[in-house]
Amino acid sequence: MSVSTPSSAPPAARLASTTDSSIVHSVLHHPLSRPLAALFLLLLVDFFAIPGFFHLEIRDGHLYGSVIDIVNRAAPLMLAALGMTLVIATRGIDISVGAVVALSGTVAAMLIGGTMVMENGVPTYVSNIPMGWALAAALGAALLCGAWNGVLVAGLGLQPIVATLILMVAGRGLAQLLTDGQIVTVYYQPFFFIGSGYLFGLPFSLFLVAAVFLITAVLMRKTALGLFIQAVGINPVAARLAGIRTATLIFFVYVFCAACAGLSGLMISSNIKSADANNAGLMLELDAILAVTLGGTSLAGGKFSLVGSMIGALIIQTLTYTIYSLGVPPEVNMVVKSVVVFLVCLSQSSEFKQLLHRRKA
Amino acid sequence: MKGLLHTPYFTSLVTVLLLVVMLGLGGAAYPGLLSTQVIFNLLIDNAFLLVIAVGMTFVIVSGGIDLSVGSVLALSTMIAAWLLNVAHWPPLLVIATVLALGAVFGASMGALIHYFKLQPFIVTLAGMFLARGLCYLISINSITIDDPLFVAMSQTQLGFLGGFVSPGVVIAVATLLLAIWLAHATPFGRAVYAIGGNEQSALMMGLPVGRTKVLIYAFSGLCAALGGVLFSFYMLSGYGLHAQGTELDAIAAVVIGGTLLSGGYGYVAGALSGVLVLGTIQTLIAFDGTLSSWWTKIVIGGLLFVFCVVQRLMAMGQKTTNGS
Repeated sequence: MSVSTPSSAPPAARLASTTDSSIVHSVLHHPLSRPLAALFLLLLVDFFAIPGFFHLEIRDGHLYGSVIDIVNRAAPLMLAALGMTLVIATRGIDISVGAVVALSGTVAAMLIGGTMVMENGVPTYVSNIPMGWALAAALGAALLCGAWNGVLVAGLGLQPIVATLILMVAGRGLAQLLTDGQIVTVYYQPFFFIGSGYLFGLPFSLFLVAAVFLITAVLMRKTALGLFIQAVGINPVAARLAGIRTATLIFFVYVFCAACAGLSGLMISSNIKSADANNAGLMLELDAILAVTLGGTSLAGGKFSLVGSMIGALIIQTLTYTIYSLGVPPEVNMVVKSVVVFLVCLSQSSEFKQLLHRRKA
Repeated sequence: MKGLLHTPYFTSLVTVLLLVVMLGLGGAAYPGLLSTQVIFNLLIDNAFLLVIAVGMTFVIVSGGIDLSVGSVLALSTMIAAWLLNVAHWPPLLVIATVLALGAVFGASMGALIHYFKLQPFIVTLAGMFLARGLCYLISINSITIDDPLFVAMSQTQLGFLGGFVSPGVVIAVATLLLAIWLAHATPFGRAVYAIGGNEQSALMMGLPVGRTKVLIYAFSGLCAALGGVLFSFYMLSGYGLHAQGTELDAIAAVVIGGTLLSGGYGYVAGALSGVLVLGTIQTLIAFDGTLSSWWTKIVIGGLLFVFCVVQRLMAMGQKTTNGS
């Protein structure tokens, strides 16, 4: 590195005089640089440790490979993280995401089910009610959950963690009540497309995530909505005084988060071809919060990055994949994740940064 | 009536009334529900929850939250079982070690929360992951405890008022009494309430805010570990899946017991009524026999909702009356 710079200048001046230092500076201080570096580091470990990690092949017109597998498995988490990003951006938190996943998956699976009928002598499964209606009902249930959270947080002014705690406790109970605690198996073929179908050789779930991401990104970037959400996150009172309808905004953020979770629930139940009210989406809220924080969104609200959350979700899934592939016991996963959370939080803490500076000085 | 509504212990009073009504209606509907032993069983089955809720009360009164207690409980059962079965430590030393580890775990989280200004829920969330993960590092299977002292503790029946209670109940009630004394008669307790009321003011009054906050989480960790010891008396096993979701039950019990989630206000004794309400719901559902156990979750969620909303509305009402 130092070879290319003029050697006559003293080191400090050399650093300042080089023209590319500003580019390096902006790259290093770009909000996405840290999450991307983390993802890159993980992929590098995988490249060396797992043979054929980046190998892709086309089988039956579908793209197969570890990378595709990771992205496909990360899809439900990515959706949940998208919704969580906006909630956290308004200084909120939604810990009912997992329960909403279970509820929407359960509603869809129960309404679709799949009864076997003989069609021209061939046994086929038909849906209990038209699939479109079933999906709409599942998403409708999720929207109701979101509206419930929204009313409690925006209308009654409950603390977000408490307001969503209620649904977290009761939501899974409701889902279990619907299914009588049983796992509802789905036999209807077209439903499986959502979670494990392929479109243009790529998993269909990716297209779903991309669509939701694009719509959200356009809404945040091309309209004032993103600005409003930031304003609410930085100072709710000031935002209200500035004429932003904070209550409405916060309400819709929770509705959006629940809708994302509902879609995520459809994806999960379609992927496992059943609805498991006890385990579907268990701890998903924690992973989503982790993905959002990994992506550089501050838990204190205000600043948020949708792309960052997507990268955060990919980091989590890659980490899980790596842990499994390296033959490390899967139990270590939780320990690693928690250590990552501690480190990320510490790196966001200004007190910690000061401590490091004092050490260096 | 208006005066009653504004008394500080209104929600706590409502909880006690609720408990009486629930037991009364239950007793009328299911003969045998009101027998002494059924009431004692409420305590026997929920002794560990009571201990955890006591620790959680301090955390919530101080304006924080501790999501790690369920996992710390599981980790304690796991460590205890491992130390007894694999390392063959004497049982009393095992109990002391487990309690110390719980306190240290809590204190470290408290230190992170106070010194690095991290949000309590995210730190304790990570702590929850960590403790569960550590359970599975010890073993992914359940470890049976056959230590004579633990077995004796689980089987001893202490005769009391015509029924019997377990040694766990005695320990839990002792913890509750100690905690009531701590909260209402010591400088530490006053500091906890002051921090929950307004941390800035507490700091300016010269209260040891940092030390108190670390101690609060240490106490909660200690209670969670003690809950783990009681749970292992009860279950005679250590398992990473023990007591999943207990942190939510504990929070629910504390809130239903009348402690304000925004901090600064509440009674440690409320933990007992909160736990008894949760236990009664479960007992009623068990006595009914036709209701499924997941009704418990729905009813707890519903109660949590009602109590949160009442707390909120009362806070709003007080604000407007003060303003006028």
